[in-house]
Amino acid sequence: MNKAEKAEREILAIDGMSKGDSAVHRMSPLSKLLLTIVYIVITVSFNKYDITGIFIMILFPVVGYVASGVPVSTAFWKLRIVLPLVCAVGIINPFLDREILFYLGNIGVSGGVVSFITLLMKGVFSLLASFLLVSTTPVEEICRALRQVHFPKILTSLFLLTFRYVHVLLEEVSIMTDAYHLRSPGQKGIHISAWGSFLGQLILRSSDRAGQLYDSMLLRGFQGEFYYAKGRKSAAYSWPVAIICIALAVTFRFLNIAAIFGGVII
Amino acid sequence: MIRFENVSYTYPGADEVLHDISFSIERGEKVGLIGANGAGKTTILKAALGLIQTTGTITVGGLPMSRENLSEIRKKLGYVLQNSDNQMFMPTVIEDMIFGSVNYGMSRDDAEKKADEVLKDLNIEYLKKRQNHRMSGGEKRLAAIATVLTMEPEALLMDEPSSALDPKNRRNLINLLKRLWDKSRITYVITTHDLDLVLDTCERVIILNNGRIAADGPAEVILRDQALLEANDLELPFCFAGR
Ligand SMILES: Nc1ncnc2c1ncn2[C@@H]1O[C@H](COP(=O)(O)OP(=O)(O)OP(=O)(O)O)[C@@H](O)[C@H]1O
Ligand SMILES: [Mg+2]
Repeated sequence: MNKAEKAEREILAIDGMSKGDSAVHRMSPLSKLLLTIVYIVITVSFNKYDITGIFIMILFPVVGYVASGVPVSTAFWKLRIVLPLVCAVGIINPFLDREILFYLGNIGVSGGVVSFITLLMKGVFSLLASFLLVSTTPVEEICRALRQVHFPKILTSLFLLTFRYVHVLLEEVSIMTDAYHLRSPGQKGIHISAWGSFLGQLILRSSDRAGQLYDSMLLRGFQGEFYYAKGRKSAAYSWPVAIICIALAVTFRFLNIAAIFGGVII
Repeated sequence: MIRFENVSYTYPGADEVLHDISFSIERGEKVGLIGANGAGKTTILKAALGLIQTTGTITVGGLPMSRENLSEIRKKLGYVLQNSDNQMFMPTVIEDMIFGSVNYGMSRDDAEKKADEVLKDLNIEYLKKRQNHRMSGGEKRLAAIATVLTMEPEALLMDEPSSALDPKNRRNLINLLKRLWDKSRITYVITTHDLDLVLDTCERVIILNNGRIAADGPAEVILRDQALLEANDLELPFCFAGR
């Protein structure tokens, strides 16, 4: 299996997972979408020194992953490419912000270290939440939910088409690399001298296929709006659950639960 | 049903591939469009669907090809692409089958009912929930045919429908065409290199050679004419070749 095929499989695997069945899968797409957005907004809005406050937000993804049966390890594996980016963004904080905030034993912890950790948590939690959404909700359903809140149809259609065509592109890469390797035994990768024509062919072939796919959509009456496939019926608990979660998240945001509990226990 | 008058076409940046083509296919006719590779068969089908802009006049079901009529014309014609990979774009077979009908205003439930009938007709109920990229070439072809039939077109344009099918499914296809025709006198145009298929399913044959019509007549006559076939880089159907 070549790299392109692997990438395609990964996308398809998420697609496949999203068609699974669990309490989370059964929630209405719109409720999940709103919940995810609110969750991310709230998580990101925490003060950069509020390490305990943010930490409590981990509850939502944890419950989500447990209830949906989506393995967290898969989430981290799929997110392996973006996670280092999140780290990279915050890595200079400790050097810029050296003011000591508190002491752990006798090691002083600077504001920069704290803000680095909170940024990391914000990033990871948001990614985990988004991944949970896409791995429990088919893309079409997400688009349909977006349309329900009057998201412009041009954008949802574009989004969906991109999703379809990414797979076309990867398929062409995969076919072409296979064809290449069949005729260049023992070679690793693609020789630099062939890159130009390879890339050129790739663009031509994928745009040709994308064009034909678009034609066959037109032939079947496509006029810019997908009538998104209606999946299964959503569970009756979707909205109550979503609203309770949102209420909880808002509470966590404005009351420092960890500190309160900490106070009670001490 | 489909009428071409002096139609010519040149792909952008290439030589002319259709030269002054004129023919007319009446309602209920069963036509085989044959010719060597690159003769222009696929191009003719695309022209009939308004996927390419040709010179000359094309009318479909009495409607002249124009922007306003395009959607009406495409609704009348069901097109099975030469490459099924480019035909299906929804995640699963059933969603693909429903897509067209719903776009043309059918309710989802009716569309699904219709889809179920077609799947049964084609004997491929087991493909209903299958993901489009997880099928064999032949299964994809059958599914593509199914998506087209769900839309109940007045005429079928099939580009090499039998090319990926095993003998049993090829036979199924032939029987299906016969049943469709018996039931509703559906018009169909088949392009293919499978001349035995043409003989089995078509009454009329049009031979295309380098973008020109080389012959047009009853299948029984043309497909027996060895000299004519060979002059157009074709061969006798196996059943006449006596091999
Ligand atoms: N996109 C294109 N751009 C330029 N030329 C093309 C394009 N598609 C086809 N042609 C040329 O047009 C001619 C007719 O092509 P067409 O696809 O109609 O042939 P065909 O009869 O369907 O052949 P086949 O039996 O191989 O499917 C060929 O000579 C081909 O090289
Ligand atoms: Mg062709």
